[in-house]
Amino acid sequence: MLVRMTRDAIDPAAVLASVGAPEHGAEVLFLGVVRDHNEGRAVASIQYEAYEAMAESVLATLVAEAETRRPGVRIAAVHRVGKLRVGEVSLAVAASSAHRPEAFDAARELVEEIKRRLPVWKEEQYADGERRWLDGHTPPVPEAAR
Amino acid sequence: MRIRLLLFALYRDLAGTSQLDVELPPGATAAMLVEAVRSRGGGFARIPPGAAVAVDREYAPPDTPLSEGDEVALIPPVAGG
Repeated sequence: MLVRMTRDAIDPAAVLASVGAPEHGAEVLFLGVVRDHNEGRAVASIQYEAYEAMAESVLATLVAEAETRRPGVRIAAVHRVGKLRVGEVSLAVAASSAHRPEAFDAARELVEEIKRRLPVWKEEQYADGERRWLDGHTPPVPEAAR
Repeated sequence: MRIRLLLFALYRDLAGTSQLDVELPPGATAAMLVEAVRSRGGGFARIPPGAAVAVDREYAPPDTPLSEGDEVALIPPVAGG
């Protein structure tokens, strides 16, 4: 299964092809795509930045947790960094399972965890030339040192 | 001890640098590091007191003791996807 951060364009078919199994009757593919507007402003592109070394290991952890939560489901996730134009794919998540509920749920849950915990940031670049870091989620941090 | 700190995204822009050496007493914690950075004033002071810290690429609680040689980063609120 593909699990990685990348600077190259994402090939959704390759992400989908990396899950699946003979006993799986359902495959789900989610794509996050750069939208042409946000909060009433025209967006030209988004600069995605990551703490790449940490993001690679957090992404692997999130996928492993998702597979533990839903035994038998296979999951893949690829997140892109760099400057993306409107319509380009920033995130691909694929999941497969014996029946569709588990695949849908696993893909949805992983996308939400990625948004909460993956050390990635986006700076929107607007049609009028301005740019702004988007407000994000404060990642959950363990309460006390181990 | 000297800690090399990595800064990303909004915090890097506020600080005006992506890397910073911070001098701290031995046994200093992640929370003390954030305070030391904020006390530099200017854009540094605009980094929030509750900024998340990662030590060796894992989110670390505020009371995490730091050691020279740790890879330490300030993590702004995340916005992937």
